[in-house]
Amino acid sequence: MNNPQIPPPGEDLPTVPAPRPRPSPAQRLLAWPITGFARLLTGARSLWRGCAPEPKQRIYFANHSSHADFVLLWSSLPPALRARARPVAGADYWQRDALRRFLIHRVFHGVLVDRELHDRHRNPLQPMLDALAGGDSLILFPEGTRNLEDGLLPFKSGLYHLARACPQVELVPVWIANLNRAMPKGRILPLPLLCTVSFGAPLTLGLDEGKSAFLARARDALLNLAAEAD
Amino acid sequence: MDRDTLSLFAGIGALLALASLIGFVLQWRCRGADSPVIDNLNARINAWWVMVAVLGGAFWLGHGAVILLFCAVSFFALREFITLAPTRGSDYPALAAAFYLVLPLQYLLIAYDWYGLFSIFIPVYVFLLLPILASLGGDTAHFLERTAKVQWGMMIAVFCISHVPALLTLDIPGFEGRHLLLIAWLVLVVQLSDVLQYVCGKLLGKRRIAPRLSPSKTVEGFAGGIALATLTGAAFYWITPFDVWQAALIALVVTLLGFFGGLVMSAIKRDRGVKDWGHMIEGHGGMLDRLDSVCFAAPVFFHLLRWGWA
Repeated sequence: MNNPQIPPPGEDLPTVPAPRPRPSPAQRLLAWPITGFARLLTGARSLWRGCAPEPKQRIYFANHSSHADFVLLWSSLPPALRARARPVAGADYWQRDALRRFLIHRVFHGVLVDRELHDRHRNPLQPMLDALAGGDSLILFPEGTRNLEDGLLPFKSGLYHLARACPQVELVPVWIANLNRAMPKGRILPLPLLCTVSFGAPLTLGLDEGKSAFLARARDALLNLAAEAD
Repeated sequence: MDRDTLSLFAGIGALLALASLIGFVLQWRCRGADSPVIDNLNARINAWWVMVAVLGGAFWLGHGAVILLFCAVSFFALREFITLAPTRGSDYPALAAAFYLVLPLQYLLIAYDWYGLFSIFIPVYVFLLLPILASLGGDTAHFLERTAKVQWGMMIAVFCISHVPALLTLDIPGFEGRHLLLIAWLVLVVQLSDVLQYVCGKLLGKRRIAPRLSPSKTVEGFAGGIALATLTGAAFYWITPFDVWQAALIALVVTLLGFFGGLVMSAIKRDRGVKDWGHMIEGHGGMLDRLDSVCFAAPVFFHLLRWGWA
């Protein structure tokens, strides 16, 4: 997301229905081996430090250092929350072949965003706004791309615009620790290292808080969570 | 399982039942009031039931199951160790080899009873192979530290722990078919020593024995735990190839090693700023928290038996 056209403040949420139907229970079953494998391999522990696993509408925003980040975060949610939490993923990657399309739509019920901005007239945040309007929660990686160093890259502005458009949605920072060691970039075989997923205290956008101030605050919240988790 | 093994497990079951009863009474006496010590005690006792049941199940299934069980134990221990030991991207080939090649091979060597290679595989060949693999990535930052940490993890979590099922390969004249009892005796004495050190420490502990390494260990806990576990080891001489004095002496050696093993592993945890290695055993911490003493006791016990009785 490269800070594209933004819905003007105050504009009503669109009521366009989500383009894909919810996965059926049978399709959901397919997620079991995937979440089971992720949890077994990483011994995944969910630490609810700043909030409880409640069925509230939320945007979980996390650090991004591995392809498996969203699978682990998604697996770390209790099943009831998982059913309504949709990972936001890049369309360029997930539309590439039939298997990926099947997984992202039918199993993970992901929200695909056009990172390459093919259609200049369409708001690239629209699929996320639609999902939020439909009552779903989102799993979002505001760094926009995988970070191979320590710490965090600067946040893309999407999180701010979503917070602005949907003030009722809680923004929960989530720190995923160690997964970059367990599933390093460019390696096929994952290493069985222990990972933790820490959920921090929800943020809300201040009344007159600017974009850069908010994004810096959100990034700091995530970094503080990382320091606590270490 | 023979009759001795069955009666041993029945005895342990009775002991745990007594412990559970005491835990229940303690909890009942302080109802209303929160007591983290008693909650932790009960969590520990419950975890003991599970651990004894798992070990008993493996004994019932036979030697292959026991080797597989300790292979899994090594896996969990190595995972905890490597998780806490910082490595870099270039260590990936060495770590992948450690988990997916060395660990299963070490246990295969036990299953095939190849002592000559089992005893030097990790200390010699893996010791040379892992740094070669790590060097291929071309990253020199903290190179010696990184390779030392991975090798240390292999030694503790795989090499040392594998000496427990390796007891099954010893040929002890007049002791055929009773090998599982060697494992039972070793695990019983070492773990009982840990438990009795904890109990004596909680009841009588005053002077701390190693305040910087392990603040909860006391002189009273140390003396009481080692003495009582040594006596227990001697009392169970009839399940071993030892006479009663030999059993007492060897029990003393393995419990002392277990104690110092606990201190060493505690020093590593403190240096890394954590209290426990992991979280997989409720009330105890991680696999390595429960097995630190066995890691240090098992190889020496194995070699004492091999030199003196096999």
